[in-house]
Amino acid sequence: MTTAELTPNSFRNQPDERGHFGQFGGRYVAETLMPLVLDLEREYRAAQADPAFQAQFDDLLEHYVGRPSPLYYAERLTEECRKDAPAGKGAQIWFKRDELNHTGAHKINNCIGQILLAMRMGKTRIIAETGAGQHGVATATVCARFGLPCFIYMGAKDISRQQPNVFRMRLLGAEVIPVTSGAGTLKDAMNEGLRDWVANVHDTFYIIGTAAGPHPYPELVRDFQSVIGKEARAQMLSRINRLPDLLVAAIGGGSNAIGLFHPFLDDADVEMLGIEAAGHGLDKEHAASLAGGRPGILHGNKTYLLQDEDGQIDEAHSISAGLDYPGIGPEHSWLKEIGRVRYDSVTDKEALDAFQLLCRTEGIIPALEPAHAIAAVAREAVKMDRDQIILANLCGRGDKDIFTVAEALGTVI
Amino acid sequence: MPRLSSAFTKAHPALVTFITAGDGDTAANLDALVAGGADVIELGMPFTDPMADGPAIQEANIRSLAKGTTTADIFALATAFRAKHPDVPLVLMGYANPMTIRGGDWFAAQCTNAGVDGVICVDVPPEEDPELGPALRSAGVDLIRLATPTSDAARLPTILDGSSGFVYYVSVAGITGKQQAAQASIEDAVARLKIATNLPIAVGFGVRTPEQAAAIARVADGVVVGSALVELVAQHGDNAAGPLRDYVASLKAAINSARA
Repeated sequence: MTTAELTPNSFRNQPDERGHFGQFGGRYVAETLMPLVLDLEREYRAAQADPAFQAQFDDLLEHYVGRPSPLYYAERLTEECRKDAPAGKGAQIWFKRDELNHTGAHKINNCIGQILLAMRMGKTRIIAETGAGQHGVATATVCARFGLPCFIYMGAKDISRQQPNVFRMRLLGAEVIPVTSGAGTLKDAMNEGLRDWVANVHDTFYIIGTAAGPHPYPELVRDFQSVIGKEARAQMLSRINRLPDLLVAAIGGGSNAIGLFHPFLDDADVEMLGIEAAGHGLDKEHAASLAGGRPGILHGNKTYLLQDEDGQIDEAHSISAGLDYPGIGPEHSWLKEIGRVRYDSVTDKEALDAFQLLCRTEGIIPALEPAHAIAAVAREAVKMDRDQIILANLCGRGDKDIFTVAEALGTVI
Repeated sequence: MPRLSSAFTKAHPALVTFITAGDGDTAANLDALVAGGADVIELGMPFTDPMADGPAIQEANIRSLAKGTTTADIFALATAFRAKHPDVPLVLMGYANPMTIRGGDWFAAQCTNAGVDGVICVDVPPEEDPELGPALRSAGVDLIRLATPTSDAARLPTILDGSSGFVYYVSVAGITGKQQAAQASIEDAVARLKIATNLPIAVGFGVRTPEQAAAIARVADGVVVGSALVELVAQHGDNAAGPLRDYVASLKAAINSARA
């Protein structure tokens, strides 16, 4: 048994048969896409019931991605945080090391699952959107691995701030298509992805990168990413024979967070904290949909969105391209509303400080996305007892971000 | 007889024309569409993220929103149009979020007050009908659903259940204003729809020229033209009324001669 038992009152039996997580989620897509979305759901149910599908997924995760990823006790970071803590305070900080995956982030877990589904459905062309480029790289990687043509939509602004990942995608044989509409970031890339999909429904599979979009995407992305939480739960029990007191993960769309949280949702003693990007501050430009938005409909689902009173979508801002999105996966909106998960935010500056803190204390260069989680971990650790345990998801490595960080620190490289 | 139904019982197939609200001099442009002979007016509600639209209508949305167009402005345009043109059916077309942000009931009431006859919502499929459908139906506003090349015989009853006014056949799987579908595929699709419903069938997406409009008018009850008109607004800015009227008149003449 790797997770607690599923009960009728479980937090883990969402969505309902219409793809709703409470009032959130759903299938808000153009009619042209509806038959395809229904096909995908049918095919996903068949895949879930097919041991061969699960076996192939597990095999690729083990031998291609390099799972299980390690569970790591960050001893020096723990000690560093204890320096600022009141007596007896300063929780132990542990990391789930998903930055050690092939391609450097958790995104590959989901891409493996979705490309296997695409091939089951007989689709021969793959499209995806990307923000930071991690999902684009992961998609380009699985397309190269399985020999399928790959087209990645990426905002022009993100292309300029994530050049190393753009080059990686091209090396892997993908075509990177710049999106100049809107602010040229993830939201606009997703619009273009949907436009491509609606025009190529007969042969194209859209590998959505986060636990959002029309049902069944939020569910299947969560399921593929849940390998993070399932492993972490088993590793915790086997290493120290107890569960963590607090889980922490950064949230853009929320796929790494839901992947970590979901297998623990029915463990009543495990608290969870999702960290949104507060950008320049919650009273300025930011990307914290739960903190600063309200429910609305965008990109196929109902969820918290940054928007004005007429329902026009606001531009998000975060130093992290992967968090720079005005929405959030619908299951997080639901988990916020029912109060099972606590959500908070971290600014660009706090994330930059945490980025450097982890580099110096642990010899790990994190991506800017998990740097947000690390900032929150440092904030929480000093409030918790020394025998308590925080487990954070280190969902990506920072090689791609060194140019952005250098610029923010005023260093020319 | 309600305005929308009567538009499809005339001697000739109906010309349905689309422009984006708040782009250019919308009040003058609406008058021009009527003067040119449009039978049904579709008024686009601008949205920041028009996922189903091609570049022409995307840019119209951006122009409109950049000028600060609000939902209140759109209903004011509709109210003024209704006062001036009591018999011309008016349909709002747009995306779910601006339509549902204050609740479906609020939106339906605004439509009724402004004399809007029907609503086309791109991203509320039948599966999410509770978002908008019940409110519109109880307010007596037609919910016009889209049928597409991906709508097979099994899917059509789901689409048609709760639809009224007319059925909008999206002739290409794709976004607005791009390629036109082959005439044969349009004829097949309209024939399939005619078996499934008594509602009038209007065909749109990629219909730009009088010749294309005439070809569709030979088989369908209505022809929808959008991007070509929106491009005229882009080209002529606040002085688009004259060119719009003339172009609509040329479309209308072609449609009227189609079944001669």
